[in-house]
Amino acid sequence: MGEDQRNQVSVQPGRPTLIAPGHTFASVTDKISSIVLTRRTPLFWFVPFLIASALVMVFLAAVAYLFIRGVGIWGIKVPVMWGWAITNFVWWIGIGHAGTLISAILLLLRQSWRNSINRFAEAMTLFAVACAGMFPLLHLGRPWLFYWLFPYPNSMGVQPQFRSPLVWDVFAVSTYATVSALFWFIGLIPDLATLRDRARNRWARATYGILAMGWRGAASHWQKYETASLLLAGLATPLVLSVHTVVSFDFTVAIVPGWHSTIFPPYFVAGAIYSGFAMVLVLAIPLRAMYGLEDLITMRHLDNMAKVMLATGEIVAYSYLFEAFISWYSGNRFEIFSMWNRMTGPYAPTYWLLIFCNLVFPQLLWWKKIRTNIVWLFVMSLDILLGMWLERYVIIVVSLSRDFVPSSWGYYWPTIWDVATYVGTIGLFFFLFFLFIRSMPMISIFEVRTLLPQAEVTEGVEK
Amino acid sequence: MRAPVYGLMAEFENPTTLAAAARQVREKGYRRVEAYSPFAIEEVNEALGLHHNRLPFIVLCGGILGGLTGYLMQYYIAVIDFPINVGGRPLHSWPSFIIITFELTILFSALATVLGLLGLCGLPTPYHPVFNVPRFAQASRDRFFLCIEARDPLFDRHDTAVFLTSLHPREVTEVAH
Repeated sequence: MGEDQRNQVSVQPGRPTLIAPGHTFASVTDKISSIVLTRRTPLFWFVPFLIASALVMVFLAAVAYLFIRGVGIWGIKVPVMWGWAITNFVWWIGIGHAGTLISAILLLLRQSWRNSINRFAEAMTLFAVACAGMFPLLHLGRPWLFYWLFPYPNSMGVQPQFRSPLVWDVFAVSTYATVSALFWFIGLIPDLATLRDRARNRWARATYGILAMGWRGAASHWQKYETASLLLAGLATPLVLSVHTVVSFDFTVAIVPGWHSTIFPPYFVAGAIYSGFAMVLVLAIPLRAMYGLEDLITMRHLDNMAKVMLATGEIVAYSYLFEAFISWYSGNRFEIFSMWNRMTGPYAPTYWLLIFCNLVFPQLLWWKKIRTNIVWLFVMSLDILLGMWLERYVIIVVSLSRDFVPSSWGYYWPTIWDVATYVGTIGLFFFLFFLFIRSMPMISIFEVRTLLPQAEVTEGVEK
Repeated sequence: MRAPVYGLMAEFENPTTLAAAARQVREKGYRRVEAYSPFAIEEVNEALGLHHNRLPFIVLCGGILGGLTGYLMQYYIAVIDFPINVGGRPLHSWPSFIIITFELTILFSALATVLGLLGLCGLPTPYHPVFNVPRFAQASRDRFFLCIEARDPLFDRHDTAVFLTSLHPREVTEVAH
């Protein structure tokens, strides 16, 4: 970070600046912190929050019933034992990936535009991973014994099987959740200090003061802080790529036709970032309008995110085409049937809807007019989120429902409890997200300060 | 003997004047100097001679420890504690241990980064004298401060104040303990 990033603002006079002109250190600080420190909670916060809370109730009801009756309340039955639960797991964890990409990979690539979106994107990661984590745990059958997944000395005399991708997944996802939370918290510390210094309410001051841990912006601290940010970014980068790779191993290591494919790891990672950026846009577009943050999250940010979506979307499109080609080229009749079954079998409508949502419709993003139109972008993002959910549904349900032996084929259909659990986690996600934007600065204040032209040291003081 | 004050604090309006002042203070020979700013300023770090820190080394140690923990844990469980014979395949099937070794390397490194950062910065700090300066709350908003601490051998309550005033700060304040 630092010099290069800050110079970017002034060095490229032809391009629109990242932050609208006229802002000062004080004005960005006041603007972002006042969202949190205001006494009145705006109505536009309450309405979505209450809807999300109601959905959390739905989630709790669904989980309570699941605890009473077991996973039989879901539509899962032999041979489709994964159903919506694992579809939702992969979908949610994929959404989380965009936050880490923005906070870590774009930091290493010195993309300073990330500074005004990284905070809430990281929060999105945390909450998406929290929602994701629910599904494998609830799917265990006896969720209260989830700790059996970890190796620990026990009186049963058994241990996890480390040759299984499902155990790798436990480690990958729990590491990912921990590192994301650490990264997010470290990024918050200077802003928590700002809130501590600006809060007038005694309780708020004490709470932010404890969380800021006495941060005072000392140069010697900043220097270590910058090192720590870079190191965490460097650690999170391979981590985020590994997480969805490991998730894809859950499928590829099995021999089910339609799963057993080497293209899955890169294809899953690209798809994760694709859906993650769609979720960032779904959150950013209403937020910037509601809180009047158009001068901090500018059209250039939305345009850049749309470009990332387009690029990852093309990787996903390529993967779809190659998946189909390879299954034909393999000459393996089960692989060929698996693909043919996707296209023409009982689940064909989901396959073709997926192709439309992920491959056809997003091609509109090639046009700048679409990328800079917030209504189109919002619709496009919802379309991609739907498309990526369908992708996981097709991979899991269609492949499992018809594998090698026709006598073991089956048909899967979700129940109302599948829907309730899924919609419930969407509610949980927004519930947590709205609590976050009310209590923490949703834009990184100190990183936005560095984007202002004033942040640059103008006279030569090097040596 | 305890100095009567913690130090002298000068307030500046922008990063350029802070960096220039930091450089002059260092040139004058002061070493117990700390700058406070609302964001990291590379030029100030250079002026204060802050070049290296031990954090990367701590993180390296954390990573090595994590990798060893991950691999040895799996080796111990899969080979010694709970061996499962799967069609005569080797118990020490190292390729399948790579993933968890990698994950624990990252986990331990990240924990080492955070704990190392907090440790090196001395955080959490429940009390620090600089907060006694009334305007210091602005250091997390839009003001830039430079503090020469009383434990600096060149520190003199009067002469240092005069010198700091010559750097054109907005104001110079004594920092109470």
